Amino acid sequence: MVTNPLTKNIDMSRPPLDIAGYEANAGYESLHAIAKGLSPIDVLQLVKDSGLKGRGGAGFPTGLKWSFVPSGEDAPKQKYLVANADEMEPGTFKDRLLMEGDPHLLIEGMIIAAYTIQASKAYIFLRGEYTVSEQALRKAIKEANEKGYLGKNILGTGFDLDIIMHTSAGRYICGEETALLNALEGKRANPRAKPPFPQVSGLWGKPTIVNNVETICNLPGILTYGVNWYHGLTKGIDHGTKLFGVSGKVKTPGCWELPLGLPIRELIENYAGGMQDGLELRGFLPGGGSTDFLLPEHLDVTLDYEEIAKVGSRLATGTMIVLDDKTCPVGMIGNLMKFFAHESCGYCTPCRDGLPWVDQIFRDFENGQGNEKDLQILHDHVTYLGPGRTFCALAPGATAPLGSGLKHFKEDFENHITQQRCSYRH
Amino acid sequence: MSQQLIASTAKKARALSASEIAEIEHEMTLYPDKKAVGLEALKIVQKHEGWVSDESLLAIAKYLDIPIADLEGVATFFNLVYREQVGKNVILFCDSVSCWIMGCEGIKGHISKQLAIDYGETTADGEFTLIPVPCLGDCDRAPVMMVGPDLHRNLTPDKIDAIISDYKNKQN
Repeated sequence: MVTNPLTKNIDMSRPPLDIAGYEANAGYESLHAIAKGLSPIDVLQLVKDSGLKGRGGAGFPTGLKWSFVPSGEDAPKQKYLVANADEMEPGTFKDRLLMEGDPHLLIEGMIIAAYTIQASKAYIFLRGEYTVSEQALRKAIKEANEKGYLGKNILGTGFDLDIIMHTSAGRYICGEETALLNALEGKRANPRAKPPFPQVSGLWGKPTIVNNVETICNLPGILTYGVNWYHGLTKGIDHGTKLFGVSGKVKTPGCWELPLGLPIRELIENYAGGMQDGLELRGFLPGGGSTDFLLPEHLDVTLDYEEIAKVGSRLATGTMIVLDDKTCPVGMIGNLMKFFAHESCGYCTPCRDGLPWVDQIFRDFENGQGNEKDLQILHDHVTYLGPGRTFCALAPGATAPLGSGLKHFKEDFENHITQQRCSYRH
Repeated sequence: MSQQLIASTAKKARALSASEIAEIEHEMTLYPDKKAVGLEALKIVQKHEGWVSDESLLAIAKYLDIPIADLEGVATFFNLVYREQVGKNVILFCDSVSCWIMGCEGIKGHISKQLAIDYGETTADGEFTLIPVPCLGDCDRAPVMMVGPDLHRNLTPDKIDAIISDYKNKQN
């Protein structure tokens, strides 16, 4: 049986499979299953039963999210599906692999998702910098259109779907689903108030589902090989496989599809080859820049959403950033704060004014001008920019590495103050 | 750069070219209203002109019937819409966390030295503009940067020299 449904067709030493090659490896079989009589309700049930959780960061159950979309006679005629392909979380490089490596998988998954919620229009909200992904996806959309998998009355089901490519122009906040919807409508990408949730009132006020690329890429496997097969993939609690990445000073940084539930140690030490010679592991952000630092003592925690939450962080995107003992943790966190300060949309005050303040303090630390009062101000910001204090999750995301870093690397912060310099610099 | 609002200047919309109009019209078929095409139109104009001048922005606002301030709000919001003239090749240099750990600051210093420009500046010959960009999503091959549409990975000072000379030769 297939054990790597997300990457089974990916070989980066050659161009991605064309539609014939993709179909030869069970591609688009799910659509034929739908055409033989799977109703949208049937597909929704399968996805709910699969236990698939969103792979974009929040880990919300996909089937449950879809179930909030109005259906039946009284539902609005126009609904939308959006593939969130605006990958920009620092240290995250997984959706790029899927789109460059096997674009038809995303297209097939989008057709399944759109059929389930009965959306006749779908947008791919692609990061503008992903020029190779854009070319690969445009070609795949064209091939799928020619084959009758897109367009009118797909495989005689009476279901119509157009997939439209939207390339963005670079803002992290567009990854937030309501900000993304504003961007697609041609507005500044400020997040919207929730409720109403996009599932009920999203793009142009119509019911809209926004799913991450990797989430959508799970769907063809679930329909083609079945829920039991999907449940057999995991080594832990959460179902399915996931793309896991490691970057930083490890021997072989990379991105791999692995079952959920493996120990973190296996990812860092076996797949990423462990630390480069002469370096020790100091800590790591388990799922991109908005997650709390974990320490070497957490290496035996398993790669499950709940298990990582238990030790105070998040699995989020599953792409780890590794901190070694010769790299300054204060500098690393400062780099993240610069990113978050730059990418704040500017809509709400704590985020717009708080993050640049934090960023400036880190610059002062770096320049040997930090003091004890600054340290207190950083601690205060962990509280004041935390969950529930800001309009969206951007600033709370920034407090994750900040708060955990202040706790775990206290001595390094204090050294910057007492020595009035960064001792990691040569 | 002037902070004056465009609407308060005497600047006038330029005429959009036939190919710009054709591309904007195509985008208009993909969205239910004209306003949604604003960003796409800015990108189309930038593809043709290299950047978005006030005259271009006014032209788009007029063509799509979008208030000037709204369109300017969008144009200034996005990192990749250039409201100042840029060089023939825009270098988008990733300065986010994985690239930072892998030593991107030293690579950036090398670029700045070789081209005699800092972030936000263009070389005297108009060949290169250097801009920092948030995480390019290729972290296992850090440090990385883009030059125009092309991604360059595992950067070293030697690689930077080769890349710069390749692009310079391409122009000639």
